[in-house]
Amino acid sequence: MDIAQNILLTIMTAATPLLIAAIGELVVERSGVLNLGVEGMMVIGAVCGFAATILTGSPWIGMLAAVAAGAVFSLLFGVLTLSLAANQVATGLSLTLLGLGLSGMIGESFVGTAGIKLASVNIPGLTEIPLIGRLVFGQDPIFYISLILTGGVAWFLFRTRAGLTLRAIGDNHASAHALGINVLKIRYLAVIFGGACAGLAGAHLSLVYTPQWVENMTAGRGWIALALVVFASWRPWRVLGGAYLFGAVSIGQLHAQALGFGIPSQFLSALPYVATIVVLVIISRDRRLTLMNTPASLGQPFVPDR
Amino acid sequence: MKKIVFALAATLAVTAVTSALAEDKYKACFIYVGSKTDGGWTQAHEVGREYAQEKLGDKVETVALENVPEGPDAERAIERFARSGCGIIFTTSFGFMDPTLAVAAKFPDVKFEHATGYKTAPNVTTYNSRFYEGRYIIGQIAGKMSKTGVAGYIASFPIPEVVMGINGFLTGARSVNPDFKLKVVWVNSWFDAGKEADAAKALIDQGVDIITQHTDSTGPMQVAEERGIKAFGQAFDQITSGPTAQLTAIEDTWGPYYEKQIQKAMDGTWKGGESTWDGLKDGILSMADYTNMPDDVKAMAEKTEAAIIDGSLHPFTGPINKQDGTVWLKDGEVSDDGTLLGMNFYVEGVDDKLPQ
Repeated sequence: MDIAQNILLTIMTAATPLLIAAIGELVVERSGVLNLGVEGMMVIGAVCGFAATILTGSPWIGMLAAVAAGAVFSLLFGVLTLSLAANQVATGLSLTLLGLGLSGMIGESFVGTAGIKLASVNIPGLTEIPLIGRLVFGQDPIFYISLILTGGVAWFLFRTRAGLTLRAIGDNHASAHALGINVLKIRYLAVIFGGACAGLAGAHLSLVYTPQWVENMTAGRGWIALALVVFASWRPWRVLGGAYLFGAVSIGQLHAQALGFGIPSQFLSALPYVATIVVLVIISRDRRLTLMNTPASLGQPFVPDR
Repeated sequence: MKKIVFALAATLAVTAVTSALAEDKYKACFIYVGSKTDGGWTQAHEVGREYAQEKLGDKVETVALENVPEGPDAERAIERFARSGCGIIFTTSFGFMDPTLAVAAKFPDVKFEHATGYKTAPNVTTYNSRFYEGRYIIGQIAGKMSKTGVAGYIASFPIPEVVMGINGFLTGARSVNPDFKLKVVWVNSWFDAGKEADAAKALIDQGVDIITQHTDSTGPMQVAEERGIKAFGQAFDQITSGPTAQLTAIEDTWGPYYEKQIQKAMDGTWKGGESTWDGLKDGILSMADYTNMPDDVKAMAEKTEAAIIDGSLHPFTGPINKQDGTVWLKDGEVSDDGTLLGMNFYVEGVDDKLPQ
């Protein structure tokens, strides 16, 4: 039975960075901003988290550095698209390219350095419980943060006044502005939150998943997170479901290969993408509900008239 | 006025001399699929470039372009090099094969060297390393060291090169343990540390106690270290990622080859249309220190290495059956290079269906 627990742990580890980055992007998009720079912010988080960990010897400081680095990096996107009303798609794409290049430069001297892993939780007596002990009480700290983040964002968006305001801005920034809401300020906060989450997701890669730094170590995970947000129709718990489904199929297909079922490996490799899209599209097939959840002014720049 | 004219003339002269000096330098260019610091395949080529630069000194200027994706982008990158005055261009990944040939046809005066491919042209030469010799040795070590008798192999893409590696590994393992089994997982990527690590975990969960890889990151080595099993380094000594896990590593040493070929290109003795396929004896690949294993296993590995180098042992010597049990090589028969370079079948004992 230890195997089942191991497999579930692997799935959760694979899903956690996707979940965190996607939750951050969900808040950004709900405020009406499309930031395609998730991959870039994530990789900046990964390298800064790793570098800070090596320099200070503490993965906790590394984690905080990654969050800060992601937030600061996203601010660049904020200034360009919010204050200067630049095209969000183009700016987001450049943010990804810049992030990949810049991280390679920052990390050059850290390649090949042995990493320090962010230690998993260990509660004597509870972590040793068979079957569920390590799943519930023995995971890495970022895993728990990811669940708190998901719950917190769901509560914030749909149960608080501030969340309502944020969604209102995403649906119609002109009306929100007319009501006296400071659209740009709230969008700035959302973008910074998204950057911080992407940074944390990067820290998970370089401090937990594979404690090392190598260039391009995000390997497209930022893009998967972006897709998850859309296919989950901008709803936090669906993002969680989508991330875990993606993780489960990714790991499951590796096991299917190792068992030697003789299914073509190219098909199995594509399966996580296909399965996640199909399931999330089926869940979101109600067109009215989907339209209701889509931030209506997504991607449109807002220039307040005085 | 005279002074100004003199100053201008002097400046012009200096400029002319420096640009003449710059043109005197022979330009050798390298295209990499990954990052120079990937700790694996590409870094090995980068070390080779640095070696050639150091040996050839001021006569040569070497330039490298990293992270070039296989496919249409590669053709653009290679063409840019060809236009920028490169005398010889090394394209260092299998997927650069067709782009290299396409650009070579447009630039007949530029010399091209493509690694691990099988297509040549009047100005395209291929070079490769007999990695299977190293794979045979690590297979033997796995055969001795594994308690479960099953190893896991993390593979990238089903191309002949990778299939040859899998067969070489298993043939080595079966030479010491005839019942040895091999599980293969394809990750369909050359470089994704997370995915490679996941594949390693999946294999370990299914009972393998030794893993080896034909992908470029150190992800699997880290997992092996964490889970307390053994593994082999790929392309580069990965001992820092697995101080107690790495048994040895197959190290690529391209440097001497690069030095030799650039020198030939400068001398005008370089020939196109050739295929170089060197092995352990030529030093194009070598084994990292044999560590974390008992002395008798180490002695066996060293003996096998010596036998391959002196030519008394060819890893693919019969009797070897194909996966379906039919005879591939009869007793004492040695495989020809053509079959190896186009390998599209597994040998007996692979627990996987070869993706076609």
